[in-house]
Amino acid sequence: MIDREQVLHVAKLARLELSEDEVGRMATELSGVLGHIEKIGELSLDDVPPTSHVVEVENALRADVPRPCLPREVVLEQAPAVQDGGFLVPSPQA
Amino acid sequence: MSATDTTATEYETVIGLEIHVQLATNTKMFCGCALSFGEPPNTRTCPVCLGLPGALPVANAEAIHYGLMMGMALGSTLAPRSIFHRKNYFYPDSPKGYQISQYDEPLCLGGQLGDVRIHRVHLEEDAAKLVHVGASGRLHASDASIVDFNRCGTPLAEIVTEPDLRDASTAAEWLRMLRATLRTLGVSDVNMEEGSLRCDANISIRPVGSTELGTKTELKNMNSFRYIERGIRAEVARQTAIVRAGGQVEQETLHFDPRTEAITSLRSKEEAHDYRYFPEPDLSPVAITPDMLERAQAALPELPLARAERFERDLGLSADSAHLLAFRTELGDFFEAALGENGSQAAEPQPLANWVANELVARLGTDADPAASNVAPGALARLVAMVGAKQVTQGGARQVLDKLVAGGGDPDAIVAAEGLGAVGGSDELAPIVEAALAANPDVADRLRGGEMKPIGVIVGHVMRETKGRADGGEITRLVREQLGL
Amino acid sequence: MTDITALTAKQAADAVASGDLDPTELFEAYRAKAAADDLNAYTWVADAAPAANGVATTPLAGVPLAVKDLFATKGVPSQAGSRILEGYRPPYTASVVERLAQAGAPLLAKTNQDEFAMGSSNENSAYGPVLNPWDRTRVPGGSSGGSAAAVASGSAPWALGTDTGGSIRQPAALTGIVGLKPTYGTVSRYGMIAFASSLDQAGPLTRDVTDAALLYRHMVGQDHCDSTSLQHPEEIVLPTAQRLDGITLGVPEDLTGEGVEAGVLARFEETLKVAEELGAKVVRVALPHADYGLSAYYVIAPAEASSNLSRFDGVRYGKRVDADDLLTMYTTTRHDGFGAEVKRRIMLGTYALSSGYYDAYYGRAQRVRTKIAEDFATAFQTVDFVVTPTAPTVPFKLGSKTSDPLEMYLNDYFTVPISLAGLPAISIPAGLSEGLPVGFQLAGPAFSENRVLDAAHALEQAIGFDATAGRAG
Ligand SMILES: [Mg+2]
Ligand SMILES: [Zn+2]
Repeated sequence: MIDREQVLHVAKLARLELSEDEVGRMATELSGVLGHIEKIGELSLDDVPPTSHVVEVENALRADVPRPCLPREVVLEQAPAVQDGGFLVPSPQA
Repeated sequence: MSATDTTATEYETVIGLEIHVQLATNTKMFCGCALSFGEPPNTRTCPVCLGLPGALPVANAEAIHYGLMMGMALGSTLAPRSIFHRKNYFYPDSPKGYQISQYDEPLCLGGQLGDVRIHRVHLEEDAAKLVHVGASGRLHASDASIVDFNRCGTPLAEIVTEPDLRDASTAAEWLRMLRATLRTLGVSDVNMEEGSLRCDANISIRPVGSTELGTKTELKNMNSFRYIERGIRAEVARQTAIVRAGGQVEQETLHFDPRTEAITSLRSKEEAHDYRYFPEPDLSPVAITPDMLERAQAALPELPLARAERFERDLGLSADSAHLLAFRTELGDFFEAALGENGSQAAEPQPLANWVANELVARLGTDADPAASNVAPGALARLVAMVGAKQVTQGGARQVLDKLVAGGGDPDAIVAAEGLGAVGGSDELAPIVEAALAANPDVADRLRGGEMKPIGVIVGHVMRETKGRADGGEITRLVREQLGL
Repeated sequence: MTDITALTAKQAADAVASGDLDPTELFEAYRAKAAADDLNAYTWVADAAPAANGVATTPLAGVPLAVKDLFATKGVPSQAGSRILEGYRPPYTASVVERLAQAGAPLLAKTNQDEFAMGSSNENSAYGPVLNPWDRTRVPGGSSGGSAAAVASGSAPWALGTDTGGSIRQPAALTGIVGLKPTYGTVSRYGMIAFASSLDQAGPLTRDVTDAALLYRHMVGQDHCDSTSLQHPEEIVLPTAQRLDGITLGVPEDLTGEGVEAGVLARFEETLKVAEELGAKVVRVALPHADYGLSAYYVIAPAEASSNLSRFDGVRYGKRVDADDLLTMYTTTRHDGFGAEVKRRIMLGTYALSSGYYDAYYGRAQRVRTKIAEDFATAFQTVDFVVTPTAPTVPFKLGSKTSDPLEMYLNDYFTVPISLAGLPAISIPAGLSEGLPVGFQLAGPAFSENRVLDAAHALEQAIGFDATAGRAG
């Protein structure tokens, strides 16, 4: 159903590191669940529209009126690393 | 096809543009934070635009309104119902791990501006700003970036054209036309240097006559009209060289460095992009109501193309003048103000257009807004009218304009004070011409002999005598009259 | 009155309003109980009673509220049961918690839960499993297991939970209390740390149906911060019905489920008898696609979750594993921060949305969802409510289902189709099997909460469930 290669590809998309152990287990477990899910393949659904929300609201829009922002010290308080008033991260270019 | 064939082949360029326009709303696309204009980092944020756990987006009604205005201005089909999708990718500038963007059900579909067809216009949110800080001084990271979320969530309209452009300068010219249109709409500051207008180009080449599209590359984020032209030229040269050498262009995203003219690949090819788009479950669909359409329609100003047509049709301007004034909004506005409510009563439209587009721009600088100068529109109109009535010569009028630019004022008063009034009718001018012919008998002889070239000597003589206040045409007329030609 | 914590929330509110009970004393009594809780039901307990000025005149009269960990509460840990949010104290409070505080229900405690609400046993919490007060060797259900155990054991008068595929109803059933999953959209999700956005809905876990109605009454309302929220078309009233005359209950013929325990089935059938004695008619009803619910759910919920959980990247809050390069920072932070079940669902959801698989999985599941919603709409043309057992089993032993995710997922067999259709449903205690609680689920059309609560109230009165054994926990 889903092999090691696919597990590794999906883990990369999801930015998840998996140990050797986890890769194997994930392949088995996901295959099991997908096997069950495959059940929906039995149905003929060609003319059926997809539903994103069962109870659908339309045009729930916001007036273009400013609201107060958070104080910067509050914003940065939760950050793992801060420098010069911003969130410090390893460079994406590195 | 062999290598010798490829060197002989002529190629044509196919360009499509993707333009991101920051909308000039008061608040961000999905939260109530005011838009940022250079405030200290991370002072324009809230739980929504920081992607805090549990925070939810709510779409800005004004951004939808601006989107509709743009769609109307570009002749798009406005979708009765549009939805937002999530575009999933990890990057520090994306606090939620996805960008909310319109995908397969955008607000506007199709349309055209000038000769270029519009593919679609959709709404989305801008990303945060990353500042590279090099060595951070921390123990581990030798290289780091600082994330500032002030810009994050700014409303963007993305305009995607069809691949209808064929060369770099036309692309830049079309982009200027688009910018003027957006500026007139008032939906954006459209400032490329400040990033409120950003352009990517999809570029491919193909043998002339072929209708198939070649493999395209995407040239990212060029932030001036000059860079766009140079970037496209450089990329076309690169592709042509590859193909002529028998190689194949690879589909990739590229960066153009305007300093070195170098083109580099932005993303490694092995990391295939898979954005896993799906309908954003946190947002409700936008269903365009008659009220929304009416409001957008009512807010539409006259657009540059329509204005150019009107200048040609109603004022008889040349196509070039009409186009120039209509697409330089501030020049067009000055021109119309000078023309006054009663149209061409004071000055003739075409000469006035020439004075605005040439003399005035030459004195104020290409990007200046004449409305902010010392020259009152009415003063320029009066000056152009005086030229028309031969009350002042072209040369005299240029001197008057210098004075107007320097310190404003009334052209009549300046002409009087500086003695710049034209040496008018034949009564005043005839004796001076007569004296000039008398002083240059050899010239007079050659003129009588049918040789017209030396007339410049006479004109020059008269101009010297009148300190440039005589009209060249009138002098010529009097010479012919006095010599019986 | 000797034990003020023996009162239901409604009774306590009435006593405070009439001046017979001091709200500070009430808060302190619960605060002491919550602080002494040994079921691991709480992740945080208030250290002092809030100022009680004027609360006696508010509708909820100062009756304290336990809140599932995943609701953002300003300055108070809100970790969603996850290590990746360890120590996270949000700068804002969820709309529904704010609304209830305005109505006079102060925050007593935050309750333990399955990590990011993914689970049916509360064994997926980074802060340890919650124990079932009826039998400490068993699970309380999940994912709102802490809220359920808190209310069932009597250390909180009532609690907020969230239900994505059964996370209020199933733990309510397994702990012998009442749990209401409202119509999608009637309660704001703003500030609820998301699991699956199109399914998540907050609701009450309470000792009886009246308390559920009272709490829900003050939860509903459109919120300008949640564009999927809407105004409930009716004012929610406290239930009064004692009879079910003229009511038709539909038992889905397609939703029998082979794994239902005999004891659970027996309580279910007895409850149907009770309903008939109260005047109800019981019929079979067709829900031809309901059996596909679980499959569709385990595509939609993980897909949305995989995207919702992308924000946990170690940049702005919560846990970060330091690394020299960005990619390693991301992958190791998420590896260490997420538990096994969360990783599994992120993987499943990422796979289902990935290029080449979207149509076969996510697209198809959304179409199945349409069919299930249509099935319910058709059913409600002939019946007033659809009824099922809430969960197929009584509370199971800790650790007994952790090795097989699929077996765990089957817990949601009866609750998931209703979630997919966005409908309101309640679970009430239907008695015991092997000395352990069994839940009865009753679902109605969208916005039928008043009718659902009334019918549940009539059944509750007739069943006369004795919660003492759980309360003694
Ligand atoms: Mg874009
Ligand atoms: Zn914001």
